[in-house]
Amino acid sequence: MMPILGSTVSTVTEPSLLPVFACLASLLAIPGILAFRKSPNAREGVTFIAGGIKLALVLMMVPGVLSGKMYEFRFFELVEGVGLEFRVDGLGLLFGIVASFLWLCTTLYAIGYMRAHHETNQTRFFSFFALSLCATLGVAFAGNLLTLYIFYEMLSLSTFPLVSHHGDKKARTGGRTYLSYLLGASIGLALPALIFCYTRSPEGMDFMTGGFMAGKVGATEAAILLLMFAYGFAKCGLMPLHSWLPGAMVAPTPVSALLHAVAVVKVGVFCVIRVVTGVFGTDFLLEVDAATALQWAAAITVVVSSLIALSQDNLKRMLAFSTIGQLGYIVLGVALLSPKGVAGSMLHIAMHATGKITLFMCAGAIFVATGKKYISQMEGMGRTMPLTFAAFFIGSLSVIGLPPTGGFISKFYLVMGTIEAGKIPLLVVFLVSTILNAAYFMPIVFRAFFPRGPTAPFRWDRVQEVPKACLIPILITATITILAFFVPELGQRLAALMVPGL
Amino acid sequence: MELLTLTAQFEWILGKSNYWASTVLLLIGLHAMISKNNLIKKLIGMSIFQTGIILFYVSAGAKHGAQIPIVHYGHDSHESHDKAAHAAEHAADAGQQVAEAAAPAANHAADATHTLGETLYANPLPHVLMLTAIVVGVATLGLALAMVQKVYAAYGSIEEDEVLDAIADSTADSTADNTVDSTVDRTVKGTPEA
Amino acid sequence: MMDQMPTILMLAPFIGAVGLSLLAWRRPAAAMPVVFGALAITVLAAVLTLREVLANGTITYLLSGWDRLPERAEGMAVGIEYKIDAFNALVLVLIPAIALINALYLRTRLAVECAGKEILYAILYLLLVVGLCGMVITNDAFNLYVLLEISSLTSYALIGIGRRRAAHATFNYIMTGTIGASFFLLGVGYLYIQVGTLNIGDIHEALMASSELRGLASIKVAAMMIMAGLWLKMGLFPLHGWLPNAYRYAPTATGSLMAPLVTKVMVVVMLRMMVSLFGLDYLFAELNWRPVIVGIACVAILAGSFFALAQRDIRGMLCFLIVAEVGYMVGGAWLGNEAGITGAAYHVLSDACMTFCLFLAVAAIILRTGEHRLSAFRGAFRKMPVAMAAFTVGALSMVGLPPTCGFFSKWYLLIGGVEAGQWHYVACLLISSLVNAVLFFRIFEIALMKVEVEESGSFDVDALPEDPEDRWVRVPVGTIVAMIVAATAVLMIGLLNRPIASFIATWIGQAVEVAP
Repeated sequence: MMPILGSTVSTVTEPSLLPVFACLASLLAIPGILAFRKSPNAREGVTFIAGGIKLALVLMMVPGVLSGKMYEFRFFELVEGVGLEFRVDGLGLLFGIVASFLWLCTTLYAIGYMRAHHETNQTRFFSFFALSLCATLGVAFAGNLLTLYIFYEMLSLSTFPLVSHHGDKKARTGGRTYLSYLLGASIGLALPALIFCYTRSPEGMDFMTGGFMAGKVGATEAAILLLMFAYGFAKCGLMPLHSWLPGAMVAPTPVSALLHAVAVVKVGVFCVIRVVTGVFGTDFLLEVDAATALQWAAAITVVVSSLIALSQDNLKRMLAFSTIGQLGYIVLGVALLSPKGVAGSMLHIAMHATGKITLFMCAGAIFVATGKKYISQMEGMGRTMPLTFAAFFIGSLSVIGLPPTGGFISKFYLVMGTIEAGKIPLLVVFLVSTILNAAYFMPIVFRAFFPRGPTAPFRWDRVQEVPKACLIPILITATITILAFFVPELGQRLAALMVPGL
Repeated sequence: MELLTLTAQFEWILGKSNYWASTVLLLIGLHAMISKNNLIKKLIGMSIFQTGIILFYVSAGAKHGAQIPIVHYGHDSHESHDKAAHAAEHAADAGQQVAEAAAPAANHAADATHTLGETLYANPLPHVLMLTAIVVGVATLGLALAMVQKVYAAYGSIEEDEVLDAIADSTADSTADNTVDSTVDRTVKGTPEA
Repeated sequence: MMDQMPTILMLAPFIGAVGLSLLAWRRPAAAMPVVFGALAITVLAAVLTLREVLANGTITYLLSGWDRLPERAEGMAVGIEYKIDAFNALVLVLIPAIALINALYLRTRLAVECAGKEILYAILYLLLVVGLCGMVITNDAFNLYVLLEISSLTSYALIGIGRRRAAHATFNYIMTGTIGASFFLLGVGYLYIQVGTLNIGDIHEALMASSELRGLASIKVAAMMIMAGLWLKMGLFPLHGWLPNAYRYAPTATGSLMAPLVTKVMVVVMLRMMVSLFGLDYLFAELNWRPVIVGIACVAILAGSFFALAQRDIRGMLCFLIVAEVGYMVGGAWLGNEAGITGAAYHVLSDACMTFCLFLAVAAIILRTGEHRLSAFRGAFRKMPVAMAAFTVGALSMVGLPPTCGFFSKWYLLIGGVEAGQWHYVACLLISSLVNAVLFFRIFEIALMKVEVEESGSFDVDALPEDPEDRWVRVPVGTIVAMIVAATAVLMIGLLNRPIASFIATWIGQAVEVAP
């Protein structure tokens, strides 16, 4: 049975080693990183080259996928009927591009941050960084549920040393919380659900448009399985299994930036999207009306996390809760089961990634430059670090969902999706959360540029920006956020490949 | 007449007296192994336990009015001669090669009654099996006695509670009583191990 | 020659042992070469046997050429028979292979741990392999008991050779082990009295042929006694009391040989009894013990996992994990469906490899750092990268993360549990995976980040300053090779799970077909 994704263009699978190499590029960088442990520049050079190769390989797949092909590679059969398989379709490629591009940016940022901060164990850091990117692409390109699970677990394991990098008590506690939530949920919830699906569908677990489980389970079973998957893939941050995310903020900021804005959390929602579209299929779920619980879980997550974010003073924690809310958007979008909703959630993966990574990098840069991590301390900083805060402003616009940032486009789709699905209460949820987002982002920017109390007039020579290695990636991602508004076609076309009837 | 019915009613005791004896021995042995404090008494219990099993097997091979399973040459058929010879041969071998000890001739002997006319032979196979079991029991006993010696040498007592106390004390005192040799060799980088 | 492979693989270590005992009293240097030579021959013979089984199906080997008597009662067996079928052949390769790889490690420890007793140790080592191999392939119930006792006696002695605390632990092990073996013997006795033969295949046929035989209480008691004896021997909770101390205080080379093999071979024997002697129909349809035994297995899994969590020293932790793994296998086997038994059989192979890997790595780490508590792992990733790599592979396998073999054996067991509707078993498997994750990631934390570990076991203290002895610590080549081979085996068995599982399924399928 050849899985067919997207109905606008006929799709054909083409065996190719491109996804394999793209995934392995960072893995193969690890020996290089270890070899050059004594010379930091050479070591970072290896990471860069690997990142460049990775991005190039991923981009090489774009024309093919846009024209309707899917690049496929079957490794070998793991268990009866299911093997280790890569299959690159629109959604996978979209996520792959986001991940590999932002890895490059974050590596540059990490270099600046780790050196300015005199962090220890940098070799270990960069090695596991590379490994986690390999796992991320593995998830992106996974062709069936088992492969997805395998790389998901690999990601949990490879990010654990990154989270508890500092090695002190707080870091270790954070790491332990991280791992216990993620592993606990995946082994306790996702794995049994996976096995249950296998017993019902032993001939294969390949992702396909109609969903390979469609018709093989009843309505309640589907609803329960859906929830087990959604909570089991705890990286998507659905409340109440979200506590690992603020806890993981003890990691160095490059980790928070990349992993918790891009790789780890997006893997979580990516898995949820795959489950909804590829395992069960939107049509089947509509038919049995199994996604309502998920919609409400996501809606609650969105609102509650925004409220908590309002009350936070620690900038990174506030961003963490904001991320939880945005992830809730994505899950909500796909749970709506309407074409625009699903497309919106796919787009939001990309848009939110660029916006959030900008925000996190700004937060880290501020900490490196001034040692300050509390919002209340940041009054007037916009005057000494105008570029950083300008980027912060753009990032927050994107998260709130205002033009001229890419976040507006994806939010537009999501809102249209609620209308299409006819769920007006959820539309209200979107609007309320937008207001709440504005409520916690805007004051920061405002106070940074226009502090209370008397201020000296703004002068360029009093500007003390963050280190260049940090600033450049910030500006790059901020620019992309704006560009995405004007040139969203790539994302839209990739999303369209996945959603019939868009 | 009444005595017969009486005996018939208690058939389940009298008729199975060997199983009862075996069970009693097993229980005595188990009780000793579990509840006695002295290690040697535990070993005695173990021997009694194993003896109970030996009794079980051997008595299972007995028959009313049966002869010892040695065939007189010339009195019986050719077939039974061979089988009896094999039975004797393997009874002799039983003590030696452990791997080949247990028996061929299993059902020969059991069926021997049919081909040997009216003479009944006791089943020699359980005897053969139990020779092996006795040997195993002896070996186990020897090994266990050696262990008791070691325990005595280490803790100065063969009473279980005193031994346990001694163990608890020595663990509390030092960390020397761990799994590794005190002669742990920390080699310096580059020095090959001897 | 090819036909005689089953005996050759039994005789090679036996002759080696006898040869050593007769000729080499004064020459301790002869110990290791003979061990290597004998085990190499055994491995070769086992591999050839496996090839034969792959090509031609089950091999039946009649010892001493005592043919079955066609004119006597439908060809009942007269002598001792070896029967090597699909699953047996795999285990038969595993046992000497692990013993051989362990011998690489043994070589580095023999002079230190058993000074003056090298020859004795080697003799016992070889005889243990004979006993284990024989148990797996013999088709005669009493021969099974004899070989069971051979392996037990040699293992008592191998453990007793150890240091001070080994003596008392061995004594307890002797007591419990004898009870177990004796129960087994009693069970065999009941069967013999009722059926009249000791050959496992013939007993099975007799049971299948006569329903009144099956209905007898003595057969039921026989089954109970045999199972109870085997459970004592394999360390199923709550009959596991001897296991932790016995393996903890044994010399390290013994621990890394026995922990992976002895309990697993007992599980193999239990599977043989279930599938080939009593038959699945009888056990599940007529006796219907599944609910009780799966319940016991669940308790065993939970107890093993949580006791492991409470242990302060590493080897103790691993020993309780063995108890939990035995629970997996017993529970999986007693699910009664094909997936469950395949899972239990596959888990025998995978657990042997991962336990071996873990014990080797832990032994290397303990010996090099001189500490036997979790603090031994301080900074181990830097100090002993190969040992920690092997430990990581073993640990990930215990937790059940792909692509290690532990994941796939959990896969089959979980499928079996889901199909049989035994949700408590499924839940226990998952809980134990999570507890294992806690256990091992606790260790990874200590190994990755140089953290001081308080003796009480709570890790509340912040990182200490740089450890002055923080240098790369040398491990002997033999140990390194052994660890690498073990870790590779864990991964290979995982990746090859499909062919292995389908091969095992042919064995189960045959057994199910034979039953009318």
